[in-house]
Amino acid sequence: MADAVHVRGLTKTYGSLAAVAGIDFAVPEGKVFAFLGPNGAGKTTTVEILEGLRRRSSGEVTVLGLDPWDDGRRLHAKVGVIPQEFRFFEKIHPVEAIEYYAALFGTRVDAMGLLRRVALEDKAGARFETLSGGQKQKLGLALALTNDPTICFLDEPTTGLDPQARRAIWQVIRDLRSEGRTVFLTTHYLEEAQILADQVAIIDHGRIIARGTPDEIIAQHGRPPRLRVQAGPGMAPYLREALGVTATFVDGYVEVPLPNKHEALRILSALEGSGVPWEGFATVTDTLEDVFVHLVGRMDDGVLKPGAPP
Amino acid sequence: MRPRRIVADLKVFGRNYLRNAVGLFFSLIFPVILIGLFGLIFSAGGATTVTLYTQNFDAGSNVSAQFLSALNATGAVQVQLVGPTLNMSSWLGANGHPVGLVIPSGLGSAYLAHRPFAVTLYTNPTDAASSGIAYAAVNYVLTQFNLNASHGSTILFATTANVGSPLYKEIDYLVPGLIGFSILTSPMFAMVDISSTYRKEGLFRQLSLTPLTKGEWLTSKIIWYVLLTILSAALMIGMGVYYFGAHVTVSLEMLPFLVLGPFFFVSLGMFAGSIARTPESAAIIGNIITFPMMFLSGTFFPVSLFPPGLQTFARILPLYYVIDGLNQVMLFHNLAAAAVDLAVIGAASVVVFVLAIVAFQWRER
Repeated sequence: MADAVHVRGLTKTYGSLAAVAGIDFAVPEGKVFAFLGPNGAGKTTTVEILEGLRRRSSGEVTVLGLDPWDDGRRLHAKVGVIPQEFRFFEKIHPVEAIEYYAALFGTRVDAMGLLRRVALEDKAGARFETLSGGQKQKLGLALALTNDPTICFLDEPTTGLDPQARRAIWQVIRDLRSEGRTVFLTTHYLEEAQILADQVAIIDHGRIIARGTPDEIIAQHGRPPRLRVQAGPGMAPYLREALGVTATFVDGYVEVPLPNKHEALRILSALEGSGVPWEGFATVTDTLEDVFVHLVGRMDDGVLKPGAPP
Repeated sequence: MRPRRIVADLKVFGRNYLRNAVGLFFSLIFPVILIGLFGLIFSAGGATTVTLYTQNFDAGSNVSAQFLSALNATGAVQVQLVGPTLNMSSWLGANGHPVGLVIPSGLGSAYLAHRPFAVTLYTNPTDAASSGIAYAAVNYVLTQFNLNASHGSTILFATTANVGSPLYKEIDYLVPGLIGFSILTSPMFAMVDISSTYRKEGLFRQLSLTPLTKGEWLTSKIIWYVLLTILSAALMIGMGVYYFGAHVTVSLEMLPFLVLGPFFFVSLGMFAGSIARTPESAAIIGNIITFPMMFLSGTFFPVSLFPPGLQTFARILPLYYVIDGLNQVMLFHNLAAAAVDLAVIGAASVVVFVLAIVAFQWRER
């Protein structure tokens, strides 16, 4: 399968500051690629270089085989973009906005059909200034689809949206993928990346620190599965003593590494024999969010935060 | 340049504009209010008759009655009789009246007997204009009476005419002047604001992702402001002609100025907004460019009334050539002079359009 995006040795410097410090990655055609990183990591700069909105300092970049800066006009005919915090003319209605984009691109579109696709048909005649944040992003998504793009760049399309609006946009992204389009997604929400993305790359301080499928990244950088038991702090020293395992007490739970399923049986029978009160248990594995915390070291309520390198 | 894209952008911009009450007010209603306001001021100021408070102690004679009606007939003064018991000098001073006339008893008999006789004119040096008008009117009537008494006749005389021949009133100059004002302010303020806020809000970046070019975008703005200017000029001419009796000629020769004016100022506004880093500094740059032109290009008063130094300064202001051109076409019918104005504003427009295209960037470097 050919690559829709190819990046090799990409840098972007502002004076002595390297916003992007030599990165390589590729996005296969027809896949959803999630580009993750805390604020200030170089994420948006990279996306804007790929979109042809910003000039790179050095490196090779092709999108659909075209140089985004030099062949921007040819590329834009095949690309759909939602920038961060999509803005439009305040007094214009969504249906007029779509007709405007269609006229600019010289394409014929069913404006109402496109609005139905992003669940915005009931606001077709509302002024842009009266739309909520989620509705504005949905219009941005509809406009990004006006030219029937081969690849869509969605830069934090769900930031600040309520769960319902976020799920509506997720469904559109799934539909785009099933239509064979490539989706380049940046997001602060790691759950979103884990659910939607075929491929993930994590950028921090201008460098890619992990890439692969979500499962590959978790397998590579995550901790092994663990048995989690709801028990008092006295249980951890008991298990360490009785079984010789590295049991830890964290936030009201005792966690014990689980190298294989037989180990679970051994731990459960030790729990029964401990005489220490305990409630339920579960096996847990790391999520992409856990891996991110581990790699980047900065998370708050499921959202990446900028900070010092780990 | 693709007309399809220009028309699409024009439609969206126009709709957005028409749904914005503030923009509409400043581009269409405000110029009409201005012409109404200045029309009222000038039509009130047009009555320059000085009231001449007069004590007539010779009320019984026909001669004094004829003398007073001759004074009224000059049109420069309006005689207002006051009671004979007043002390004229102190009464005028106490009531703030600048001029007064006292006709002593015996004027009629002295005139018929060809005996020298004086009337007294009170004037106030602090109101030189009224005093001068009253002095001239009284002397003029006295001279006529003297000539009449000696059976002489006027040999040398002057007729009066305004520059450019037919008689122009202030409102006649005001109509092209305020059309020029509207050509300046509406696109300049809008484009300075648009260029900086679109950039700040990322709208230019979004548009750069479509096939629309900078030239097409700017052309659609120029077309919009040309349409708006023609509409606003029609409203102002209508108001000036029907409410204030302005004598202006409406002709196709106005059109080049109604096109090139907005062309120039849309481009200049775009250029000014593009070289500014923030919307705040854009507004300052816009004001520095706009305000001198607003007052010194012949908008409210003809440039010919300015002191010579200011007249020279006015000639470096682009709006001067728009207003002068409109004056030449609408008032003086001097197409040769209008052609010179047109050449200047046309060349300037092309230069500023190119500068604006170069200065404003869709994308980041």
